[in-house]
This record gives sequence, C-alpha cells and structure tokens, in this order.
Amino acid sequence: MLLLQVDIAFIIEKLILITVILLGSLGIAMYATWAERKVAAVMQDRRGPNRAGPFGILQPLADGLKLFMKEEIIPERSTRVLFILGPCLAMLTACMTSAVVPWGPDFTLSNGHIVSLQVADINIGILFIFGVVSLGVYGIMLGGWASNNKFSLLSSIRAASQAISYELAMGISLIALLMMTGSLSLREIVSQQHGFWDGHWFTWYFFKQPLGFLIFLVCAFAELNRAPFDLAEAESELNMGYHLEYSSMKLGFYLFAEYVNMFVSSAIMATLFFGGYNFPFMDAVAQHVPAWLFTLLCVGVLMTKIIGFILFFMFVRWTLPRFRYDQLMRLGWKSLIPLALVNMLITGIVILWVLK
Amino acid sequence: MGIYEILFWFLTVMAIGCALGVILSRNPVNSVLFLIATFFAISGHYLLLNAQFLAIVNVIVYAGAIMVLFLFVIMLMNLNADVEPQKSRLVQLAGMIAGGVLFLVVLAALRTATLSSLDKASTDIGLIKNLGRVLFTQYVLPFEISSVLFLSAMIGAIVIGKKE
Repeated sequence: MLLLQVDIAFIIEKLILITVILLGSLGIAMYATWAERKVAAVMQDRRGPNRAGPFGILQPLADGLKLFMKEEIIPERSTRVLFILGPCLAMLTACMTSAVVPWGPDFTLSNGHIVSLQVADINIGILFIFGVVSLGVYGIMLGGWASNNKFSLLSSIRAASQAISYELAMGISLIALLMMTGSLSLREIVSQQHGFWDGHWFTWYFFKQPLGFLIFLVCAFAELNRAPFDLAEAESELNMGYHLEYSSMKLGFYLFAEYVNMFVSSAIMATLFFGGYNFPFMDAVAQHVPAWLFTLLCVGVLMTKIIGFILFFMFVRWTLPRFRYDQLMRLGWKSLIPLALVNMLITGIVILWVLK
Repeated sequence: MGIYEILFWFLTVMAIGCALGVILSRNPVNSVLFLIATFFAISGHYLLLNAQFLAIVNVIVYAGAIMVLFLFVIMLMNLNADVEPQKSRLVQLAGMIAGGVLFLVVLAALRTATLSSLDKASTDIGLIKNLGRVLFTQYVLPFEISSVLFLSAMIGAIVIGKKE
C-alpha cells in the first residue's frame, strides 16, 4: 500500500534547512542575551560580563547551564497543565515564524537541482506571520493566569490588551505596503526589491513607505514587549509580571522566547522594508563570484541587517524610559492607528493617480 | 486512503473531540482552549478545501483576537463551580428543546444540500486575488452592507461603553 507519495530527497532537504534555521535563530538569540548585557554595559559605562571566556563570550552557555540546573518549582495552587503549557507556547510561536522568511536567493547545484533557502513559500506569507504573532500572546496569558498570582494576572492582561491594540496599527501599516507589492508572498516581495536602485528610485520599500516602516517598527516594539513598551514585566510595579512564579528552564524559555522573537521580527523588518538579502551592485557581484559564494554573501547581508536591527532594539531599550500604561494605549489607538490609516489613504491615492 | 483522507479524518476527529471538550469541561478557561483547538481544526479543513486565505484569517481573527478577548473576560470574572448560577429545570428543558429543534433544522438542510465534489487540481481558487475579485464584483452589495453593519455595531459599543 503506497500510503504517502512523498519525495524523500525533498523532505531531507527541508529538514536540513529547518534544522539549520532553528539552530541559527537559537544561536543568535543566545548571543543576543550576551550582546544585550554588553550593550547595556557600554551605554552605562561598565564592563559587562567578562569572566567566562574572553570578553565573557561563554556567558550565555553558563547562563543556560545555570537555568537547567536550578530547582524547578511549580506553585501548589497553580493550574499545573497550563502552567507548563505557557512557556512551551511562547517558545513554539517564537520559532514558527522563521519558516516563511527567504534567507537567500535560490541556489543551483551542479546537477541542476535548485535549492531554495526558504522553508515554505506560501502565498499568504505575511498573513501566516500575523497568525503566529496573534497566537504568541497565549503563552503569556496562560502562564500569567495559571500562576495564580495577582501580579502575573495583571501582567498577562496588560500584555494581551497591548498586543491586540498594536496588532491593528501594524496590520494597517502593512496594508499600505501590500498595496504596493500586490503580493503577500515574502519571496515575491523580496524579489521586487532586487538591487538597490532601479534607475528612477530606490527599490527597497523603506524608501517608498517610510511612514509605514516607522509605524511597523513601533508596533514591533510593542508586540515584542520590549522597552519602552515592556509594561507586561514592569519590575517596579508588577515584580517581573507574568514570569514571576516561574523558575528553572521554564523561566528560561520565557526569557529566551523574547530574544528569538526579536531575531525573527528583525528578519521580517529587513525582508519587508530593507530588501531582504538584496544589496547594492548585487548583479555586478554575481557575475564575478561563484554561485555558492554569492548565495553565502546574500545570506551574510541579510544577517548583517538583522543584527543591525537587534542592536537598534537594544539601544532603544537602554535609552528610553518605560511608558505609562495609559500613554501606551493613547499612543496606539489615538496616534498610530490614525497615522496608519492616513498612510494607507495616501498610498492608495499615489498608486491610483500618480503611478497608474 | 490517501493523505487527503487521512488528514480529513484526523481534522474531523480533532474538531468534534475539541468541540465536545468545550461543552464538557467544567473549567471555563479549558473550554476556551478547546474552542481555540477547534478553530485550528476548522482552519485545517479550509486548507484541505484550497481556501488558504480563509484558513489563515480564521486563525488570526477567531483564534488570535476574539478568543483572547474571551479569555480576558473569563480570567477577570474568575468563574468556578461555586459561583456558577444554578439554572432551574424549566430553563434546562427549554434549552434542550431549542437545541434539538436547531439540530433538526440543520439536519434537514444538510440532507437536501447538493454536494459538489472538490477539484483537487485547482489550488488557486481560494487565493486572496480570486477571493477579492469575487467579493468586489459578484458579491459587492452584501459585502458593503455587512461592513456598514460592523460599523454600526462598533458605534453601538462605543455609545454603550461611554461613561455618562
């Protein structure tokens, strides 16, 4: 009985790709924790971690080991299943988004087989990201509620209302972008931003949608629960919020999911607005280097953009003070959503009457 | 049985099982979680029917936004068996009869419905491009009327929620 007619080579190829992407995003997230402490140290005129290895480079490993070794405490009055499900969901949704990001151009092997550096080219790529992001809040909500602690509950409610409010502005700012691309597939959007200059204007969507990018960036901060919008874990009012009752690796998952999310949202911003793996003069470079080197170069360019965004997230965290909750809501509903709507209208008018 | 049928049966069992979980679980938070799982199973069915856009929008709108609000309210109300109001026998009986009648109506409608078989080859029928074209040409009037309905619902909610 031939139950499943599948191409084994295809499955193996995708499995390898998924493994590499997962390991890569986990590794970068791991070193983002180290970089965050280093950046904080530099900005506050300190040295930062410098004991484990040269420049404290082994610090993330030590931290991970410490989290694994700590005693695991599940509060007696918590809802046990949901308490464990919370961090699992947070980590799962953080890792899922990377499936639709194109990490590099297609690459032809010597036997003519084309390898795509994208796990799944689905034609609703951006909507998939939205779906996963909108599920991300369940990890925080369930964890906060199941802890049976009023600080955790308050924090999870804050996180949920913040996420829902900012998803609206984020969606509307993306609609303006999608009106220009005419496609929801990330692969298609990246290939439209080929090179840097098309003879009339920049090809990268940042230069066509600067306001849309600004709104998207602010919303990304809010969706990630990063400072200045980290109201959900405001330690001065909520004692660390939703992960107050967590210990050991479950706490580690929550903390780590934030860094994986930061990596993935940087990748998405680079892909949507900053040309993904495209770079200036790429056609000239492609003619002079072998294909495998060109692909590696493209991946490297994307990684550079991503690391730039991650550093930006960190600079902002150590620069701006935390918003108050009513300020956060006012910014979301009364500034960003109208601004995004105006941006959408202007984009529509320009497309209709100017570009035709 | 091909992969199509396997997926269909898996999703069907999941949808019905989770839907039963919604009404059978004592804890309202568990009910909400089961309902979310049901929405996922239904999204899977949409995917099998080549309606990719509907599938993902179902996840975003229902599982991602509406159920978060449900969970929100239930967490704040802190419902449990002690504070649950006891309904009288009469109300329970009325509920049973109303539900049974609804079931009969659905059954009668399903019995006479014409089933058109799915063309598995045309995978682009549910794409956003085709869906948008149909919505804004063939069904433009119902589409616009329903958006006016949503607008009026929003205004109504604001009027009710206003403190005065």
